[in-house]
Amino acid sequence: MISGTRPLRLRPPAFLGARLPLAIGLGVILFWVLAALTVQFWPLDPPLDMVGRRLKPPSAEHWLGTDALGRDVLSRTLHGARFSIPIAVVVVAAAVALGGFLGAIAGFFGGLLGAAIMRLVDVTLAFPPILLAMAVAASLGPGLENAAIAMIVVWWPLYARLVRAQVLEVREREHVEAAVAAGAGPMRVLLRHVLPLCWTPVLVNATMDFGQVVLLAASLSFIGLGATPPTPEWGAMISDGAKYFYHWWIAFGPGMAILIVVLGFNFAGDGLRDLLDPRTE
Amino acid sequence: MARYLLRRLLAMPLLLLGVATAAFLLGNVVKGDPLASILNERQMNNPEVVAAAKARWGLDRSMPERYAIYLGNLAQGDFGTSFRTKRPVMRDLLDRLPATLELVFSAMLFGSVTGIALGVAAAHWQNGPADHGARLLALIGSSVPVFWSSLIALYVFSVQLGWLPGAGRLDAAIRPPESVTGFLTVDAALAGDWHAFGNALGHLVLPSVMLGWAVLGIISRMIRASMLDVMQQDYIMTARAKGAGTLRVLLRHALRNALVPALTIIGFTFAYLITGAILTETVFSWPGIGSYAVDAARALDHPAIIGVTVLGALAFLTANLLTDIAYVFANPRIRLG
Amino acid sequence: MPAAPATDPPLLEIRDLRVHFRTPAGVFEAVGGIDLDLTPGEVLGLVGESGSGKSVAMKAVLGLLPPQARVTGQIRFRGRDLLTLPEREMRRLRGGRIAMVFQDPLTAFNPVVTIGDQIGEMLWLHDRALSRRQLRARTEELLALVSIPEPGRRIGAYPHEFSGGMRQRAMIAMALANDPELLIADEPTTALDVTVQAQILDVLRGLQARLGIGLVLVTHDLGVVAGMAREIAVMYAGRIVEAAPVDDLFAAPRHPYTRGLIGAVPRPDGGGRGPLVAIEGSPPGLTERLSGCAFAPRCPLAAARCTAERPALRALGSGRAACHFAGAPAPAAAEAAR
Repeated sequence: MISGTRPLRLRPPAFLGARLPLAIGLGVILFWVLAALTVQFWPLDPPLDMVGRRLKPPSAEHWLGTDALGRDVLSRTLHGARFSIPIAVVVVAAAVALGGFLGAIAGFFGGLLGAAIMRLVDVTLAFPPILLAMAVAASLGPGLENAAIAMIVVWWPLYARLVRAQVLEVREREHVEAAVAAGAGPMRVLLRHVLPLCWTPVLVNATMDFGQVVLLAASLSFIGLGATPPTPEWGAMISDGAKYFYHWWIAFGPGMAILIVVLGFNFAGDGLRDLLDPRTE
Repeated sequence: MARYLLRRLLAMPLLLLGVATAAFLLGNVVKGDPLASILNERQMNNPEVVAAAKARWGLDRSMPERYAIYLGNLAQGDFGTSFRTKRPVMRDLLDRLPATLELVFSAMLFGSVTGIALGVAAAHWQNGPADHGARLLALIGSSVPVFWSSLIALYVFSVQLGWLPGAGRLDAAIRPPESVTGFLTVDAALAGDWHAFGNALGHLVLPSVMLGWAVLGIISRMIRASMLDVMQQDYIMTARAKGAGTLRVLLRHALRNALVPALTIIGFTFAYLITGAILTETVFSWPGIGSYAVDAARALDHPAIIGVTVLGALAFLTANLLTDIAYVFANPRIRLG
Repeated sequence: MPAAPATDPPLLEIRDLRVHFRTPAGVFEAVGGIDLDLTPGEVLGLVGESGSGKSVAMKAVLGLLPPQARVTGQIRFRGRDLLTLPEREMRRLRGGRIAMVFQDPLTAFNPVVTIGDQIGEMLWLHDRALSRRQLRARTEELLALVSIPEPGRRIGAYPHEFSGGMRQRAMIAMALANDPELLIADEPTTALDVTVQAQILDVLRGLQARLGIGLVLVTHDLGVVAGMAREIAVMYAGRIVEAAPVDDLFAAPRHPYTRGLIGAVPRPDGGGRGPLVAIEGSPPGLTERLSGCAFAPRCPLAAARCTAERPALRALGSGRAACHFAGAPAPAAAEAAR
């Protein structure tokens, strides 16, 4: 077994109480989800067109300045939500589905298949996450879709472990034994009696992982393995800003966007945990 | 506990085989023709050149054959030849390892010392301003994209304020000291070249701090929780009853015990260091393994990517194993019990 | 209190000691004004159930209470008020002239430091000039003093490698390291096996007498102090309800709570005195201090007056007692109690 685990969970300030972080986090998430869905209707400059002079610092006209091609950084930053948010949703959903499915099988049925699944989990978790994601993304070739696949490969084992541990615990409870005794088939027991009791930690973890996926996706794009120019993806924009290093504002907007999103998901996940499962910490 | 360690040790070879196999599959199930990253377009149209290249890179053999050769080579420390540099990947990695180690060591040093200090302070002044400040710093450190914060820091401290030198390990005008350890700071000190030493140290500060920041957060939170737990223990009261001062009670009695559970996160922080190193090195043009990995990934240089990945997994597994061993040895109750 | 010879100044004088704890839920009184005296070389037994404030009071003497505790009154050690002493000087007293033995030696020793190093630290903290070799030699002496076999070998052992009795011996050795004048032993035998308890008490009694140390023995068990203390103070709900020389206390307990304790605890000499009667109920928690006598809800003698008016601690014969009915001769009151 490998003791290393992936995403870090830090608790937002306790002085905010349990509900306030959740509210702040949900507020931040709501804003970005809204942006992801409707940003093209917002009164913004077009994200891909030259709308002003090149490399202009923030001004009343362009709040976050313009980039090397005279594009509005604020507009591009807000449009970035259209890439980062859906990617996070897809990656986390796929990782939960795939990892949850395999973890449930490993936990519920055990046996050779279960052992094989868990060895696969061990091997996958033996890689430092970013290196594995880079290797997968590189072998698939650049592009956001491939980066997403790479991140699913990195993330599913965490959920396989989590769900397996939950299933192992829930399986022993009385109502499950009662259902088995009543003649319910194994699939039915698993789906109706076991899995519904496993969702709390999965939900909390998933919420926090949204932020981590946004971070890793941006990192891959920054390296050049994710989104490619001229896509207004945050990591790619920062990579672009790094080339015009003395014009700090090009990278400032997208970086703040990432920071705010990740903080938001961390706050929300933490608040959720306090709400759903007050026993932990 | 000893049995657990033994089981961990026995599982290592199997895990390594799994890692190698996974890496092989990643390198050989490549979308598109790997030759495309070796040859240019005109060469690709020349069948002779293509055949020669295939033979040279072993691409004409069957998959199982290549797998067997790959494993044999790997066992001998041969990671293959980089498409990009045309040098053995192992040589490239060894050349670049000291730069990464120097960065990671100093980042870990900064992260642990500051993290422990912040954790102790946060526990001592629980729920006071120091506690909240430390918490916020930790939270931001773990949420901020390090490639962005590094850029901003470089801009502020190097360009605007001019306090610290810019990217790279050494100013171009300074002659690097004779290589002994590969750590520029150490080598410069050994050579008595204090000018180079100061410059190398200056170059090391920003990347170490930015890289150490993420780790600092994890460590300070862990130490704080652990300290709060330990401070409730009876032996803390005993230490005070002996006439020990606050600092002595905090550091010698409480921290010493609080560090034991905190050791479990060494392996954990290592994952962050690797991630962070790759991105920080890229921003700071640091000639280490991280920037090598990124260059390789951008050029789709598969042997190099696989080499870095296997090396990373090896380091990661070792770090986790060392964590377990350190944990056992730091705790006399487990060690002797 | 018995009149001590005028030439013998008290080692410890506690006057109207009060301890309040500030918590988010309010301020609670843990110790409600107690007076205690101890002459040098004497043994004082401080008896009460857990939560009676006896441990809190003794930790106040050493200044070991957490910051949210507010301590008022006077604690004079050799005439100097410890409550007004600067922290620096307090630190010199702790472990130096005043030492403490804690209840559970397993948790009171630092688990990751050897016993020898922990005793050595106690010495070093009060004499930084000691060399490594001197520390080791003195530590071995101390371990030998408390009859730990092969002290030279045991010195490098960790606390978990000692048996419970050995750990408590080592704890006593550590407390004695700097020849204290006052030793506070807080339930020193409670965490130990019954068979070991007697041994530890023997060690404590022997060393106290030989070294002439003033000892405050804090316990919930009257049997523990019966054979050791010259004076006994009984605490209930943060106050002293009765204090008397040991023989008088056992012969003629004046407070119904003391009588209950004597009834509840078999005499150490094995001779029972009447039927064993347990005190019913439990002492009030910190949050529920009453306006009248705190013992009234459990007291067989309780009358209307008891819940309305708190009885003062007044001199009665050779001792003091805080009970409205304490004037009555003991046997009659005991009779009334049945």
